[in-house]
Amino acid sequence: MGEVKLIATTQSLFCTRVEWALKLKGVEYEFIEEEDLRNKSPLLLKYNPVHKKVPLLLHHGKPIAESLVILEYIEETWKENPLLPQDPYERALARFWAQFLGDKCVFGAWEAAHKAEGEEKTKAIESAQESLAFLEKQIAGKKYFGGEEIGFLDIVAGWIPHWLSVMEEVGGMKLLEAEKFPLLHEWAHNFIQIPLIRECIPPREKLLDYFNASISYMRSLATNKQ
Amino acid sequence: MADEVVLLDFWPSMFGMRVRIALAEKGIKYQYKEEDLRHKSELLLKMNPVHKQIPLLIHNGKPVCESLIIVQYIDEVWNHKSPLLPSDPYQRAHARFWADFVDRKVYGVGRKLWATKGEEQEAAKKEFLEIYKTLESELGEKPYFGGETFGFVDLSFVTFYSWFYVYENFGKFSMEAEFPQIVAWVKRCMQKESIANTLPDQKKIYEFVLELKKIFGLE
Repeated sequence: MGEVKLIATTQSLFCTRVEWALKLKGVEYEFIEEEDLRNKSPLLLKYNPVHKKVPLLLHHGKPIAESLVILEYIEETWKENPLLPQDPYERALARFWAQFLGDKCVFGAWEAAHKAEGEEKTKAIESAQESLAFLEKQIAGKKYFGGEEIGFLDIVAGWIPHWLSVMEEVGGMKLLEAEKFPLLHEWAHNFIQIPLIRECIPPREKLLDYFNASISYMRSLATNKQ
Repeated sequence: MADEVVLLDFWPSMFGMRVRIALAEKGIKYQYKEEDLRHKSELLLKMNPVHKQIPLLIHNGKPVCESLIIVQYIDEVWNHKSPLLPSDPYQRAHARFWADFVDRKVYGVGRKLWATKGEEQEAAKKEFLEIYKTLESELGEKPYFGGETFGFVDLSFVTFYSWFYVYENFGKFSMEAEFPQIVAWVKRCMQKESIANTLPDQKKIYEFVLELKKIFGLE
C-alpha cells in the first residue's frame, strides 16, 4: 500500500492515537521522532507549514495533518478492521464525541492541571469533571465505546487512562474519581490492558518530566504577569 | 416512509448557513426553526445538552450536532446527488484539514475584529489579514478550494461572505483590495442558487452586529 511515515513525538497523546490506529489496521510505518518541538525539523516545516505540528502522516510522500483528520484518512485508506461504525448516524455520533473528547476534554484537563491552587483551579476541575460526566453516560452498557471491540472513539479517548493520570499527579488533583465515574474508570482499566495499546504509550517517568516542565513554565508566566 | 428533517438555527450564523446550503444542494425538504439564543428552546437544550448550540439537525427524531459533522452526515445519507466531499481519501483528508482550519481560525478572529477596540482590535486585524492570506494562498489559481467543483472547504468558508461587510467596516479595509482571489471565488460561488438563496444580505448582518454591540455594551 506504499510507504507510510509518521512524524511524531513519543509523549504526545495526539501522536499515540495515530500509532494505535495504524497498528490496529496492521499498517507498517516508519516512526520519525521530532526531537525538539522548540526547534522544528525542516521535514515538519515543509510538510505542515500551516500548523507546524505533530502528528504528521506521510503516505506516498503526501502529508496529512491534524490527528482526527489522519484517523479518518487511515480508516478510509486501509479497510481492514473498521474503526468507525457503518451507519451514518452512528458515525456522526462518533465524530461528535471524538471532537468533544479530542479538544474540549484534553484542554480542560490540562487547564485544571496547570492552574495553581485556588478558585480558578477549583472551577477548572469542576468543568473538566462535567466533561467526564458526559463520557460516563456514553460508556454505559458497553465494554468499549466501540462496543465489544475498541473503535474510533476508544482511540480518541485513549489519553484518559495514561496521560490524564500523569496530569493528575503533576497537577495535584483527581479528576477521574472511581466513585464518581465507575464506568469510565473501568473502561480506562480495560483499555490500557490491551497489549497493542500498552506497547505504544510513553514511559510514565518521561511523561511526568515533560508535564512537570510545562507546568513550571506556565506557572512562572502567570506569576510574572502579577 | 417520509423523512422528517428539522433544523434548529439562527439566521446570522455562518455555521447554520453551511447546513442550509447543504440541504438545498441535496434538495431536502425540512422544517426551519429559528432559535433565540438568549432564550434557548427546551428542544435545543434537550437535543444538544453538551454544547446547547445551533445548528442542530433532527432527522427522524435523532439529533446531529456541529455544522461540519451535520454536513458530512447529510452527504452520507443523501448520497444520490451533489456530493459535498470528494471520494478519494487523500482529497477528503485535504478537505477536512482546510475545513478544520476555517473552524479553528476564521470565526474567532472575525469576532475579535468587530467586538474589540484599540490595541486588541489592531492585533485582531493583523491576525485576520494573515489568516485570509493563508486561505487565499491555498485557493491559488483554482476556481474553487475543491478544485474544479464546489466542495466541502468552499461550503465551510463561503458562509463568512455574509459577514465581509462587517469585517471591512470595523477593520477599515477592503476585502477586494486585500484578497482579490477570495472575492472572485465568492462571486463564483454566489452564482449557485443554493448559496445565493441562503446567505443573508451583508447589510442585515451589519445591522445585527450593531444591535449586538449595543446589547452587550461593546460600543
